[in-house]
Amino acid sequence: MSLAIELAYLVASIMFVMGMKLMNKTKSARKGNRLSALGMLIAIVATLLQIDAISLVEIFGCIVLGSAIGLYYANKVEMTKMPEMVAIFNGFGGLASFSVALSDYFLRTEVNMESIEIVTVISIIVSVFIGGLTFTGSLVAYLKLNGNISGSPITFKGQHPINLILFLGFLTAAVFTVIDQTDPMLIIILIVIALILGVLTVIPIGGADMPVVISLLNSYSGMAACATGFILNNNVLIVAGSLVGASGIILTQIMCKAMNRSLVNVLLGGFGQTVNEIQGDEPSITVKEIGVEETAMLFDGVSSVIVVPGYGMAVAQAQHVIRELMEQCEKRNIDFKFAIHPVAGRMPGHMNVLLAEANISYDKLIEMESINDEFPNTDLVLIVGANDVVNPAARNNSQSPIYGMPILNADKARTVIVCKRSMGKGYAGVENELFGYPNCLMLFGDAKQTITKVVSEMKDM
Amino acid sequence: MIILIYILVLASFLGFELIAKVPPTLHTPLMSGSNAISGITIVGALLACNEMGYTNLSKWLGMVALVLATINVVGGYTVTDRMLKMFKKK
Repeated sequence: MSLAIELAYLVASIMFVMGMKLMNKTKSARKGNRLSALGMLIAIVATLLQIDAISLVEIFGCIVLGSAIGLYYANKVEMTKMPEMVAIFNGFGGLASFSVALSDYFLRTEVNMESIEIVTVISIIVSVFIGGLTFTGSLVAYLKLNGNISGSPITFKGQHPINLILFLGFLTAAVFTVIDQTDPMLIIILIVIALILGVLTVIPIGGADMPVVISLLNSYSGMAACATGFILNNNVLIVAGSLVGASGIILTQIMCKAMNRSLVNVLLGGFGQTVNEIQGDEPSITVKEIGVEETAMLFDGVSSVIVVPGYGMAVAQAQHVIRELMEQCEKRNIDFKFAIHPVAGRMPGHMNVLLAEANISYDKLIEMESINDEFPNTDLVLIVGANDVVNPAARNNSQSPIYGMPILNADKARTVIVCKRSMGKGYAGVENELFGYPNCLMLFGDAKQTITKVVSEMKDM
Repeated sequence: MIILIYILVLASFLGFELIAKVPPTLHTPLMSGSNAISGITIVGALLACNEMGYTNLSKWLGMVALVLATINVVGGYTVTDRMLKMFKKK
């Protein structure tokens, strides 16, 4: 590899790092993303110059096809569907690394008939494992998010022992592959186990734990690229792969902390299934209902409002009508803010994107730590499609499965209105005692329709 | 070999330092953006599909990888830009 190419890869790596640094501020984030894209372009051009392109037509064809699909999907996707898109793209990244690793393996063993260095064999095995697992795992995550398969945890007896046996089987086959590199049967076993494990590790994980799963798979797709870098002895793959790997791990940690659960607990799955029985004998809560007109009157008379959005808001597509509500309130000089819980939605930062799309200024979106002290001085809190993240049981009921989870102290506000379709339980499967509080009023109905009515009432006032 | 491990470890530390400071507002664009970066496998895919003959399994795998990695790179950067365009302060 010539020095010029190596230097081009170095420039690309620096641009990835600088791009990520610019992502630290909302103002400069867009520039950062473009810088990173430019780095990628440099890496691609450098690679194209390096190979004496004997199959230029195929390369060109694949790039055109991939770009067309990528552009179409990226411009078409709805913001509520971002978790699905990131999930499936993680899968593509994993499958790409997996394919490159296998391609390299077959090239060396079948075409060139050479023996492979032990380090390279191990790198190929690691890349096949992480890449394959990322691919099928992401596919299952996508299908769950997209509603093609049930979002609730799918568990069966002996699930964990089966996973362990498969993993040990993989290790054994890996050892034999290192000893006898040329046996294609061994590679097939490795491929099959990696693909099965991807499915089995994601199916027991429930819908609301998806932020953790997507972050983790994001990290894996980076690690797979990294392993591929070891196979090809390519520095830029290792740098970029480990940046992505690290970023995914940090997001995974943030998500776990925000749910007060360990990563192991999330990955073992089945959360929210057994708690119903434990909670079953508790007295059910009596709630007070409020109508649309009264709600509009309440909004008309207050001076500060905080909205707590949750996944339900995204499902109902209520973000745009909430902006109208905000405009009505601002006309009346009411202080209007949003309180964003870290795990609201189906991926990290999902609510922020949805509200930004609805043209809501990002300085109105306040993080949990910063806004929690403001609730006691707030006249009215409107909770739209959120449940567990405002359940006071997390603070004061040590028996509750969500005990210890950091929550938004919405219950401390003078009045709380909960906009919800029914009395259904949240993801954790626990009753929300907030609904029975004296300062809490239930506004039943589809979030979009109900709030639209509230807004039109306010317009007439 | 040892140099590669050095690169891996140091780049990971750098990644941890860089990402820990990203505000929660930007977590979704950060993920889609880093998704695009993980499309760096495109470099490996370009090398892998540059082989003679269509009976070559290695070449076909390389082509599959190239299509997928391109989707990742192009789609990832585009959707991230689309999102970041929406983040406005009034």
